[in-house]
Amino acid sequence: MLTKRIIPCLDINNGRTVKGTNFVQLRDAGNPIELAMRYCEEGADELVFLDITATTEKRKTLATLVREIATHINIPFTVGGGINAIEDVSFLLENGADKISVNTSAVNNPELVNQLAANFGTQCIVVAIDTKIINGNWTVVTHGGRNPTSFKAIDWAKEITDRGAGEILLTSMENDGTKTGFAIDITKEISTAVSIPVIASGGAGTMEHFKDVFKMGNADAALAASIFHFREIPIHELKKYLQEQSIPVRL
Amino acid sequence: MKVAIIKYNAGNIQSVLFALERIGIQATVTDNTEEIRTADKIIFPGVGEASTAMHYLRERKLDQLIVSLKQPVLGICLGMQLLCSHSEEGDTNCLSVFEKISVKKFISVNNKFKIPQIGWNTVSNLQSKLFTKVAENSYCYFVHSYYAEESKLSIAKTNYIQPYSSALTHNNFYGVQFHPEKSAAVGEQILKNFLDL
Repeated sequence: MLTKRIIPCLDINNGRTVKGTNFVQLRDAGNPIELAMRYCEEGADELVFLDITATTEKRKTLATLVREIATHINIPFTVGGGINAIEDVSFLLENGADKISVNTSAVNNPELVNQLAANFGTQCIVVAIDTKIINGNWTVVTHGGRNPTSFKAIDWAKEITDRGAGEILLTSMENDGTKTGFAIDITKEISTAVSIPVIASGGAGTMEHFKDVFKMGNADAALAASIFHFREIPIHELKKYLQEQSIPVRL
Repeated sequence: MKVAIIKYNAGNIQSVLFALERIGIQATVTDNTEEIRTADKIIFPGVGEASTAMHYLRERKLDQLIVSLKQPVLGICLGMQLLCSHSEEGDTNCLSVFEKISVKKFISVNNKFKIPQIGWNTVSNLQSKLFTKVAENSYCYFVHSYYAEESKLSIAKTNYIQPYSSALTHNNFYGVQFHPEKSAAVGEQILKNFLDL
């Protein structure tokens, strides 16, 4: 039976793992390679690395980091952050990334999703959707939540599925960093409306939150950062708990 | 030991190379006929689209080379599917090493099952040296929208929407639908087993 996936997310800034609340107030969370290797041992199913650095040297630094991750870890990983073009993706895949994630660049240029899927295959294209409630609607936002768009999250999710995305990484900006639980309603709405897997993100604080997003939110995977980085919830314990709740997990 | 990874227009070749490095093998990524022919073990990886990949292989006559190989060959994911006879993806005639085996598209009703299948699923009915020291129902990592139907060439089965062949063998050819290079310790054991064949 296909299992539900637990995915730690590492936000990378200048080669270090950082974590903020609602995408601001960064605090240091350690060396990404060491953290990644720890997660492999603890039974993480995949890893996501989001590069939030914004320097000119960025591309080279990121490639070096990706290569080092790929050398050390034996589970799949996704890399995102500032990917705008086919060349960016080739560069990351050549250095060992399994999947890439696009966000703002896809909103600005939806055709990019088609181009990436055609060039690299649907399976390695993750489209990240950041969303928050604006005037009562779950709306797509960009630039770490600062810029609202005119898209409704549900419509955008359907559109990128049609354009060839292989997976959706759905982050609720209402919940991110709050530790009050995932946004069950929008996760369920999108997951039941599209044919591709949905990774729920934003708001994990307890093991029950994971159970809820799998059972009620229909999520295929759940992603979290600080609760794993700072060992508030050990991954192995979380998976044992989920198994007791009759949720299929890899143990 | 000389291990060749066949280079063609399919992704994820780096992952295979790094996985072999982790178990102490320095493989060569190559499309050179002589280098492939003289290797001790050959890995035929692949993530991509079947008709495009077959077209590329035929253009470079790699199709004829692959079917003529006598040493152990391991097809991974699309590599395994291309060793079958036909794929519904792009209505493609493949290499027919695994004769009369069709590759079909997963069909899901009402998004109950997501396509592609992405994630960890179990392998069972393990029936080959490829799975030495691998326990029944071990988890492997899968990413695919097409599957090989069950047959007498099956050496592992997996269930997603319906049971299908997650590994096949015929003579010196082996194929796995999952990604051993991304399947943690279980995957490393399978790669080691292949190199020990």
